[in-house]
Amino acid sequence: MTDPEKQMSDPKSLDIDHIATLARIALTAEEKARFSDQLGEVLAHIEQLKEVEIAGVEPTAHAFPLFNVWAEDVPQPALPVDVALKSAPARRDNMFVVPKVVE
Amino acid sequence: MESKHHYETIAELAALLSGGKLSAVELAQGLIERRKAVDPAVRAFNSFDEADALAQARASDERRAAGRPLGPLDGIPIGLKDVIAVEGQPLTASSRMLANFVSPYDSTVARKLKDAGAVCWGRLNLDEFAMGSSTENSAFGATRNPWDLERVPGGSSGGSAAALAAGEACAALGSDTGGSIRQPAAFCGVVGLKPTYGLVSRYGLIAFASSLDQIGPFARTVGDAALVLGAIAGHDPLDSTSFRVDIPDYRSEIAKRRGPWRLGIPREYFGEGLDPEIGAAVEAAIRFYRNKGCEIKEVSLPHTRYGIGAYYIIATAECSSNLARFDGIRYGHRSKDAADAVDLYFRSRAEGFGAEVKRRIILGTYVLSSGYHDAYYLRAQKVRTLIRQDFLDAYREVDALITPTSPVLPFKAGEKADPLAMYLCDVYTIGVNLAGLPGISLPCGFSKSGLPIGLQLIGQPYREADLLAIAAAYEGAHEWHTRHPDLEASVAAWNAKNPGRAS
Repeated sequence: MTDPEKQMSDPKSLDIDHIATLARIALTAEEKARFSDQLGEVLAHIEQLKEVEIAGVEPTAHAFPLFNVWAEDVPQPALPVDVALKSAPARRDNMFVVPKVVE
Repeated sequence: MESKHHYETIAELAALLSGGKLSAVELAQGLIERRKAVDPAVRAFNSFDEADALAQARASDERRAAGRPLGPLDGIPIGLKDVIAVEGQPLTASSRMLANFVSPYDSTVARKLKDAGAVCWGRLNLDEFAMGSSTENSAFGATRNPWDLERVPGGSSGGSAAALAAGEACAALGSDTGGSIRQPAAFCGVVGLKPTYGLVSRYGLIAFASSLDQIGPFARTVGDAALVLGAIAGHDPLDSTSFRVDIPDYRSEIAKRRGPWRLGIPREYFGEGLDPEIGAAVEAAIRFYRNKGCEIKEVSLPHTRYGIGAYYIIATAECSSNLARFDGIRYGHRSKDAADAVDLYFRSRAEGFGAEVKRRIILGTYVLSSGYHDAYYLRAQKVRTLIRQDFLDAYREVDALITPTSPVLPFKAGEKADPLAMYLCDVYTIGVNLAGLPGISLPCGFSKSGLPIGLQLIGQPYREADLLAIAAAYEGAHEWHTRHPDLEASVAAWNAKNPGRAS
């Protein structure tokens, strides 16, 4: 832990507006205040991890690493379009209807 | 409460079914009546398709009449947590986001249960998207603990555990990311098994934290859990993390393995914060194994105290990524008030997700965000390596570990309003997920107040047969698992208090 960029932040410094924007969730003012407080407590607990000596330790992404899981490159049956669209919030013909994206 | 079969084991019911003393339709009808009587109070189910369940039971009876039964699970009603896809049935994750979603396909575990003849038995309640330890985070109402309706059943698979304890299903499937099978099993006095990561396919399980999630069974006995595990385990090309390993007949493997075993007691699991009644019950279980001739050895898992911190970084990071798919475009809730396409994401997610899911997505987004990834996520992954290594070191000396499942007894609904206090309840279960190990919770006593206590046994990777045998040795010498809550009295009292909601 020599690189200052890699330090944990002050638990109070979580920029909730920025993070909510990254997460694409519209939060109310009340939610922002409450989540900031609650997550500040959680981050304060997480600070404990700073005590752990991790020099030279490899990260674990999966408990039992599996590499290069290949499948034969042959077409397999897939969901029929009509079934795949069954829970669509809005559809027309065989397409999802979405709000206009370009003018 | 008409059914006289609702607390029988699968082993007992399979004998009645194959002996012609009971039909699958009679069994189903009895459990349907039971469900109608108790579930308005317990609220284990999000939905139940009675016509579909009876049709499956009829098909089972027809197979048997034709001399072609599919095995010991044929005709046995098994409930599925409402994050596991069953074709044509609702799949809500107890979230407003998926309130109207119908699954277009079967999960691999549902397909395997159907192939074994089991009756897929309703959609069981959970904490929204499996995030929680009490089943209070369900968007459709909390499940209650059948042993005390004022208390929580644990979580996140609280509906699965409560359905079994209330006699509304013969077995159930749940999912376990940080204890979500074992802790509710402990709280409800039933058996719950979290298999080794990769033993059971996750195809068709709504993802929470993909490197930690694992599907497993709830059952009344260790033998029943072994039977259900044998039906759902095995390599699946549709889940690239599933493991190629031979699946034995777990029940006959249990019978072959008699011990004695070398059992480790991790000292970090018996410290501050452990309820003394739970500690005493687990100590008694340790004495049982010692008297049976097992070698009992104190071991150390020195990084245990960092488990919660590492877990709530890794699990929330993975959930923030997995739940990005819920954007209101292709399925799930879509806001009606969006100004444009991007606003649609923000509003659909704000309206569709509950508070705990939002909190975890925010935390996960934060720990992955630019400038913080190495400090949080990468560091947590390295701590995960050390936690896993602790277990592997211990397994050089012992075959399995004995611990409490939960440091606390089932708590009252609303008692743990602070998220961190809830997270700290997972302290004895999350190490197993971080290390990818199998763990089982089985009943090992009751508090003076009559609440169940769970014993956790932690095994070695892909050695479920040994783990189940060690658990079965305890179970066979005790009768905690044969006790059931007095629901007649408590449901009547609950109905009197809540006249509008009784059936």
